[in-house]
Amino acid sequence: MTIEATANAPAVPDAATTRPVIHPLWVRVTHWINALAMLIMIGSGWQIYDAAPLFGFEFPTQIALGNWLAGALLWHFAAMWLLVINGVVYLVLGIATGRFRRKLFPIRPSEVVRDLFAALRGKLSHDDLTVYNAVQKLLYVGILLTGVVIVLSGLSIWKPVQFQSLTSFFGGYNTARYVHFGAMTAIVTFLVVHVALAILVPKSLRAMIIGR
Amino acid sequence: MSRTRKPIPGVDPKLLIKDAAKLLPEPSRRFFLRGAASLGALAVLTGCDIVDGDTSEHALRVISRMNDRVQAWLFNPNTLAPEYPESMITRPFPFNAYYSRDEAPDVDGDTYQLEIGGLVDNKKSWTLAELRQLPEVSQITRHVCVEGWSAIGSWQGVRLSDFLKLIGTDTRAKYVWFQCAEGYSNTIDMPTALHPQTQLTLKFDHQTLPRDYGFPIKIRIPTKLGFKNPKYVTAMWVQNNDAGGYWENQGYNWFSGL
Repeated sequence: MTIEATANAPAVPDAATTRPVIHPLWVRVTHWINALAMLIMIGSGWQIYDAAPLFGFEFPTQIALGNWLAGALLWHFAAMWLLVINGVVYLVLGIATGRFRRKLFPIRPSEVVRDLFAALRGKLSHDDLTVYNAVQKLLYVGILLTGVVIVLSGLSIWKPVQFQSLTSFFGGYNTARYVHFGAMTAIVTFLVVHVALAILVPKSLRAMIIGR
Repeated sequence: MSRTRKPIPGVDPKLLIKDAAKLLPEPSRRFFLRGAASLGALAVLTGCDIVDGDTSEHALRVISRMNDRVQAWLFNPNTLAPEYPESMITRPFPFNAYYSRDEAPDVDGDTYQLEIGGLVDNKKSWTLAELRQLPEVSQITRHVCVEGWSAIGSWQGVRLSDFLKLIGTDTRAKYVWFQCAEGYSNTIDMPTALHPQTQLTLKFDHQTLPRDYGFPIKIRIPTKLGFKNPKYVTAMWVQNNDAGGYWENQGYNWFSGL
């Protein structure tokens, strides 16, 4: 930036800096690191699944990551560190700053029903992005819990001897594989809806990038 | 230490050469980081092409070595793999290899000798008859394949830690390396070699180990993935250098502990 440009900068802040902060920096950073980690985990997970499919279908190699089993496993066991470390930072800050308590609770069933019908009629307000509607709250809490389940079921598949109590908790090695797959399916479904809604309400995407 | 191999009794040398050729990685497998739809998304997201070339492959292998150290740290020498009742044995227990059933090594048990080398006091070779006289241990444990499937089997043989003591192994050595009749090989860490369930296996389900499951000797390690359980074992070396292994050299994680 040149000196002139700095001198010509408006003395009065523009709208982009006067709007309230919706997502603090730590939320945005952890959100996008998580997005990257999830894409790697899902893509490589599909390739790993193909080595011994649980159901009567396989994921096309073109949409999977790693090209073959060993490559996919290298990606999966590298990105798991990114996913888990970033996830722990997010959970600790979410609890410590009170953000989870403020934003996600309380969730009242009557409000969930009301907002769900409003959403289906396309009448849900997005004027104030700092407040989540009840359906959003429920889905965000649900996806956080699913994140915990996918990590723990993954650990129980990776270490069924060292973490055998955890593996037993998930119903044994074989059942844990189905739990891990089910959690992936839930996350991918969430992802599709989440991305579609972010595109429908573009200012929510802007808020996750610049914070306002 | 010399790796020059004398002809192994009971092993067809032609078979050895044929399978040694398979040790060379297939070209198609070298580029496991190549483009895919999810990679395109990655490149867009990160604004850079991290998924191409040797750099990222190298980075993934460095992380895999780090994961080896994490797993060695997680490995508890006193934690036993779960054991199962006989009723839960998978029947038929699957044959699994990178070759077909009729290509499996056909080792002559009468002339077979287990060759011993490296950091041990007694390098004498062992015949099957001699090995069968040693005290027998038994386990019914879950074999977990790197592919994800698993099967429960019943194995009997000599506890490897007992055998290592018997031949005067320097247990301060870092690795135990196994050579197999078809050219397969495997290196394991000493703590795993000394684990109470690690077994020099001579029998499956109380019968002589069938050719399908690795006759005459399999090393059964219920704390490791299946490919770290070598079959058709012809030689065992105790050493301080990591000699790698058939699948490890192609990109599978080295420690592969369960």
